[in-house]
Order: sequence, then C-alpha cells, then structure tokens
Amino acid sequence: MEFKGFRAVNGVALQVKRGTIHALIGPNGAGKTTCFNLLTKFLTPTAGTIRYNGRDITRMKPADVARLGLVRSFQISAVFPHLTVKENVRIALQRRKRGDSFDFWRSETVLRQLNDEALALVEAVGLTSFSDIPAVELSYGRKRALEIATTLALEPEMLLLDEPMAGMGHEDVDRTAALIRRVSQNRTILMVEHNLSVVASLSDRITVLARGQVLAEGDYATVSKDPRVIEAYIGAGHG
Amino acid sequence: MAHSAAAADAAPIATTGLPESRDARALHRRVFIGIAVMLVVLPFVLYPVFLMKVLCFALFALAFNLLLGYGGLLSFGHAAYFGMASYLCAYAAKTWGVTPEIAVVIGTVTAALLGLVFGALAIRRQGIYFSMITLALAQMVFFFSLQAKFTGGEDGIQAVPRGHLFGVISLADDRVLYVLVAVIFFAGLALIYRIIHSPFGQVLKAIRDNEPRAISLGYRANQYKLAVFVLSATLAGLAGSTKAIVFQLASLTDVHWSMSGEVVLMTLVGGMGTVFGPILGAFVIIAMENYLAQFGAWVTIIQGVVFVVCVLLFREGIVGLFARLLKKPL
Repeated sequence: MEFKGFRAVNGVALQVKRGTIHALIGPNGAGKTTCFNLLTKFLTPTAGTIRYNGRDITRMKPADVARLGLVRSFQISAVFPHLTVKENVRIALQRRKRGDSFDFWRSETVLRQLNDEALALVEAVGLTSFSDIPAVELSYGRKRALEIATTLALEPEMLLLDEPMAGMGHEDVDRTAALIRRVSQNRTILMVEHNLSVVASLSDRITVLARGQVLAEGDYATVSKDPRVIEAYIGAGHG
Repeated sequence: MAHSAAAADAAPIATTGLPESRDARALHRRVFIGIAVMLVVLPFVLYPVFLMKVLCFALFALAFNLLLGYGGLLSFGHAAYFGMASYLCAYAAKTWGVTPEIAVVIGTVTAALLGLVFGALAIRRQGIYFSMITLALAQMVFFFSLQAKFTGGEDGIQAVPRGHLFGVISLADDRVLYVLVAVIFFAGLALIYRIIHSPFGQVLKAIRDNEPRAISLGYRANQYKLAVFVLSATLAGLAGSTKAIVFQLASLTDVHWSMSGEVVLMTLVGGMGTVFGPILGAFVIIAMENYLAQFGAWVTIIQGVVFVVCVLLFREGIVGLFARLLKKPL
C-alpha cells in the first residue's frame, strides 16, 4: 500500500488460519491498521492480492466483504451514538436476517421480532440494564462491549478486532478477553493489540510488523525471544 | 413486547436520552391528532391562501428535513426539485390542459427523476463537497429555467388553471382547494413519518450516526443515501407542484438559490431532525414574510436576526427545545 509515495505496508504475506486467534503486533506506525483497512477493503492495495476462503476479494467493496462474513471493528469505538443499545445490536441483526432494508413503507414494528435475539446479545456482553439508553451515554469500556455485541450479531466467520482493549481499565480488559475467547469458538480472529499480556494469553499465532514489513511470526514464546522484535520495540520506545 | 421487562430495570439512566419508545409513539399520535384538528379549524381563523402557502412550504421543509435530519445530508439545492416540479406541473396544467391531479403527478415525477440523477452525482462526495455539488447542479437548473422556452423566462408560467379535480370538482374556490392541499400535506407528513420509522429509516439513522460502521456491517451506504435523496426530492416536488396549482404560477423564484436557503432556514428554526419541527419553522418564516411585508426589505434582516437568535439560544430549534424539555423525540 502506498500513500503518495510512502509505502505504508510492503510485501506483507499474512496468512491467517481458520479457527485460530491471530495477533498482529508492532510499534506505532508499523502498518497494522493499514493492514486491517486493506483486508476489509476500506483501502485498495496498490499491488498484491487478498484471498478469503480461497476467493479473491482484492477488488470488492467494503460492504460486500462484510457480507461474506469478514467483519471488522474499529480502533475508536464504533457505535451508533443516537440509537439505543438494543437498536445498535438490532441494526446488525437486521442486515443478517433481512438483507437490505429499502422498505420505507413498512412500520419499524416488524423489527420487534429481532428484539429477543438482540437482547440476548446485549446480555452476553453484560449491558442488559442499559438496553434502552442511547449508546452515546455509555462509558468507553461499555461502548467497546456494545461494539463487540453488534459485530457478533452478524455471526461473522472471521473477526478483525482493531485494538479491542485500547483505553480500557483492568476489569474491562479481563472481561473483554474472556468474551473474545468465548466467541472465538468456530471463528477466526485477527486482532491488533498493544497489551502484550492479552496477546500472550489469547493468541495462537503472532505476526510482528515493523515499518510496513513482517519482522517475525510464530507463537508468543518464539516471537518474544526474537532479538529483532525486542530491538524494534525498545528502539521505538516501547517496553 | 419483549423489551418491556428489560426497560423496567433500566430505570437508573433510562430517562436521560430520547430513545424511541412506546411512550413516544403515543405522544406522536396525539401530535398527529392535534395537527389534523388544526387543519380543520385554522381556515376559519386565517386566510385559506395564506394557510395553503404555509402547508406547501411545510411539506417542502419536511421533505428537506428527511434528507438533512435523518440522512445527515445537507442539500443547498433543494429549490431545483421544488421549482422544476412547479414548472412542469404548471406547464402540464396550462398547455396540455390535464386535470390538476395529473399535473401534480407529472411535476412530482419530474422531481423524482431529477433527484435520481443529481443524487447519484452528489452522494459520491461527503460533507461540504456534497452540499456544493447540490448547489452547483441547482444553479444549472436555474440558468436552464431562465433560458428555456417553456418556462417563460422572467415571466414564468402565469395564469395556470386550477381546473377540476378528477375532471369533476372545481378548485376555483379557495376553500375547496384548501381541502385538497390539506389532504396532500397530511398524506405527505404521514409518509415521511413512516419513512423515518421504518426498517429503512433505522438503517438511515445508523448511516447518519456512523457511516463506516454501517458499511462494516454490510450496508451499502450509498444506495441508502441515494434512496433517501430521491424520496426527499420527490416530496419536495410534490410541494412545488401543489404550490403551482395554488398560486396558479411557476416562476424563477421557485428555482432560485434563495429558495434553497429559505428551506434550510425553516428547518433549522423549527428543529432539524425532529419530525414536526419543519412545520412550525415554515409557519414562522411564512408568517413573518406575510405579516412583516410592510417593512419591505427589512423582512430579510428581521429573518436573519431571528435565525441568529434561534441558533444561539436553542440550536436544536423550537420543536427540538420542546423535545428536550419533554425528554421525548418529537
């Protein structure tokens, strides 16, 4: 990927195996989020191909990639602030169950049949008592939890989580880690995360990026001992 | 309903926001009844022609607000749909001699087609660029209207016959015409209310709130934006066509950029993103124009002051302010 001559991500041959939790780590500016944007088609690569389930998705539109079951979360919490918590989850269910909703002549009461399922998901992330308040009023950690519930409502085959723990307190981190582990059953997860203890405990495989290139790949034990990785992190001012 | 039990234990914070609820629906039903009663009573108090003008512009503002308040798209060129519909309706009624309801349909369809073409171009850009494209296209429509033969140039299309509704009922009497205009207005309002509160409306609000997220959930945001753009243009066209029949006139004023500005003003004064705000906004602005006419050019200045005061004191508009005080969406 090139931005006006600057190669943000170059020659990253990333392979994520079905059914695993794969972590993408690296110092700031390494190209992690760019990778995400490329995979979910929010950016179009200058060169190279992206395959998902053996299918070339390099030229697809972002909404269509999502429809294939490859769903992302965002670094800054992505909720619909003026919809209630329940409606946030329901909007995802609406897409999965009804496909497109161009029926402007029908009353929204037809969406009530999705309420039970939406509330079950809201409960799964511990937000039941907030289900009827607008998402804008949730605390940061709860917004992240809502975002995960919304993403799960699509029953994605593959989840891309962009720093799911960013800005979370200790309790929230543990709760979210448990949630990610729980939803990883039968799913493939690729996540960007700075919290290394989370990465260590959750992921099956780790790819370290630095300056837009793969520095090392393997499980936590292998990667954490790699001298180049240690150098990249200390060199960039990280512990 | 499944969520009523959950709503009960959500009590601690549940009252601070404006979520759609059963409560709100009951309130909206009362507002609808109130509007219906007003539509019946007001012609005995105020001049029917003045009321019809208010209703046409209220429908125009409602259509505009559908796009701005619920689609999050600020169009600076809505006069194009209002005005072109007005021209085509007037032309059809006068030159082709069709009955008024057919003329209104012709005008409305024109606005829909124009909205489809202009919308498809404009939604490719966001924010101020979107607004600028809509303005530029509307300016092209203005110059077209100035140059084209059928619009009558500076004169416009005058002495448009009101004709006979369905070829039977004469609309020459203002009171008879008022009934028709009131019915069109009320049907338009009901349709817009339904659009906002439909599965489509839910997706629209989601896109307005956070477009990238809506896309990441698999919604093709541009198709929804185009759909609401066409709906808004169509309803603006319905308002413009009706206006042409009421005043028996279609002129350059209807396609002028200041008309686009006026509808923004009405919507903001009444309350952007509230269902009923644009009606009140249109009433306030039209009433000022009518009753302050003796001040001549000062009307514009007075309107400007009202607008500034409105934005400074209650940014959410008059109805938006009420909604906040009632803690319910209006």
